[in-house]
Amino acid sequence: MDEIRFTESHEWLRMENGIATVGISRYAAEQLGDVVHIELPVPGKTLEKGAEAAVVESVKAASEIYAPVSGEVTAANRDLATGLGRISTEPEEAWLFRIRMSNPSEAERLMTRDQYRDYLKGL
Amino acid sequence: MNVQDKPASGNRAASPGGTYSGDHALQHEEPLIFERGRTDVSGVDIPDVEIGPRHLAGLERVGEIGIPGLSEPEAIRHYVRLSQLNAAIDTGFYPLGSCTMKHNPRLGEKVARFAGFADVHPLQPQRTVQGALALIAELARWLKELTGMPAVAMTPRAGAHGELCGIIAIRAALENRGDKRPIILVPESAHGTNPATAALCGFSVKSIKATGEGRVDLASLTQALSSQVAALMLTNPNTSGLFERDMIAIADALHAAGAYFYCDGANFNAIMGRVKPGDLGVDAMHINLHKTFSTPHGGGGPGAGPVVFSERLAPFAPLPLLVEDDRGFRLIEDSREAQPASPFGRMAAFHGQMGMFVRALAYMMSHGRDGLRQASGDAVLSANYILASLKDVISAPYDGSCMHEALFDDTFLKGTSITTLDVAKRLIDEGFHPMTVYFPLTVHGAMLVEPTESESKRTLDRFIAVMRGLAAEAISGDPAGFKQAPVFAPRRRLDETAAARNPVLRWKP
Repeated sequence: MDEIRFTESHEWLRMENGIATVGISRYAAEQLGDVVHIELPVPGKTLEKGAEAAVVESVKAASEIYAPVSGEVTAANRDLATGLGRISTEPEEAWLFRIRMSNPSEAERLMTRDQYRDYLKGL
Repeated sequence: MNVQDKPASGNRAASPGGTYSGDHALQHEEPLIFERGRTDVSGVDIPDVEIGPRHLAGLERVGEIGIPGLSEPEAIRHYVRLSQLNAAIDTGFYPLGSCTMKHNPRLGEKVARFAGFADVHPLQPQRTVQGALALIAELARWLKELTGMPAVAMTPRAGAHGELCGIIAIRAALENRGDKRPIILVPESAHGTNPATAALCGFSVKSIKATGEGRVDLASLTQALSSQVAALMLTNPNTSGLFERDMIAIADALHAAGAYFYCDGANFNAIMGRVKPGDLGVDAMHINLHKTFSTPHGGGGPGAGPVVFSERLAPFAPLPLLVEDDRGFRLIEDSREAQPASPFGRMAAFHGQMGMFVRALAYMMSHGRDGLRQASGDAVLSANYILASLKDVISAPYDGSCMHEALFDDTFLKGTSITTLDVAKRLIDEGFHPMTVYFPLTVHGAMLVEPTESESKRTLDRFIAVMRGLAAEAISGDPAGFKQAPVFAPRRRLDETAAARNPVLRWKP
């Protein structure tokens, strides 16, 4: 069972034991081009769904990454800073941060992989 | 390292096209000045100085200062060679969108060198620089007249500094009426400096959507308005090269909600002499003298970004204030002396970019009111000529005519593996400075072309012919000419990703 979910702003999210792991979709990574800098949230920070959580900067532009669900940031992937190329080569493995969900039902309203694929076709 | 005294490489000549010196004909390889000059010698003879008792409390320098010693011709050659490596409006067509790279008239250069303007010092007694002050006052009068605004702050150093000045004035006006408003609205297509300015002044930024035709969505705007909104920052014409037609409705909605209207004047070249922002309800707007009024920029700067203010914001304009009384011109530098106005402070140490003021006023006076009106009309005509001549082969995201810049997207490259960046790099091979790419962010693979009024039809036709050639080659199925471009530039294609990921910001021996 593929537990991955997607947002309309092209974040992905995987859930395990009430913790959501968040990254950016392959589509988003392709649109951005080579990533040159990221800013990650500080663990302990509380984010509302839709709030700016991180910034991914590419040679083209700086893009905000929004929290797909509400909750407290439990971890940020500091290892990415030395391997930014992974965001382009394996976007669904290169996670950015983790959130302890305060309202897990928010995740249920996000798109499944099939729904997201259809959503991309419409763009 | 001292390359100057190193023996020339013996094996260079063995490679095809190689030379002993590393230079090619009179095209010079120019090292950094630290590599060119020895730090243990001086290029000039300075007599030994007897140093008396030291009073520096042990803070004296102990090591070498590390400044290279070059003779005068060596120093001159170094900087002249660097200047020759620079792509500039003086060397070629430079259609960088939203930057208004117009010709810098030599008349402006001539008058800026007049001793009465060039050889004055900002700390000179004011009675000895009455001519320079009169020039600032005259330029201020032109700016107020062209914008229909009652006040102007002359000191901001550039566009973003002007934005900062305008937003600080708005913050001061809000504080003055005891109104705390934390939000500034910015359209999706805005220049990046707009949200940066708002954030720097402590506001949070809320983005406003664009309509399908690329303009601000009035419904989204009115929905976002509340007693929490301090201001809207809007560029007109906007960064898609389109005139925002709902300006008056936008201004009315903002004012009814108690908010201020900041206009980014970066694109004033499209409407100069035709539209007065004051008539549209704008409260503050910066004017890039280095764009609209032809003063040099893009390496030739510095910029200058005076800010015009509405009646409502004028009392908060920064010091110094330039006034004229029966004894002549005088600068008010103290807020107590400015009463009943309440200046928010100052934006710069002295009185502004004097050399740029002289050039900008020369541009205005040499054109006259009718000439400025024709200049903006010609700028719009040039952009529309490019749009109309290319849009059958290069996709444009919005229908209809444009203002002073033509916006294209990358739909025409679909399925070719060629990107907007590749097209930009290929333009370097063709001898053109690339257009602005990937901006505005709201358009996929954007290419923003701003020709300005200073280019001849012959130049525009050459550019159009090249772009049509590139478009045909792009869809022909062979991307090699794009992927490897630029092949004629000395350093080929630079690795922008590596440069951004591992920037080398400082020379080290």
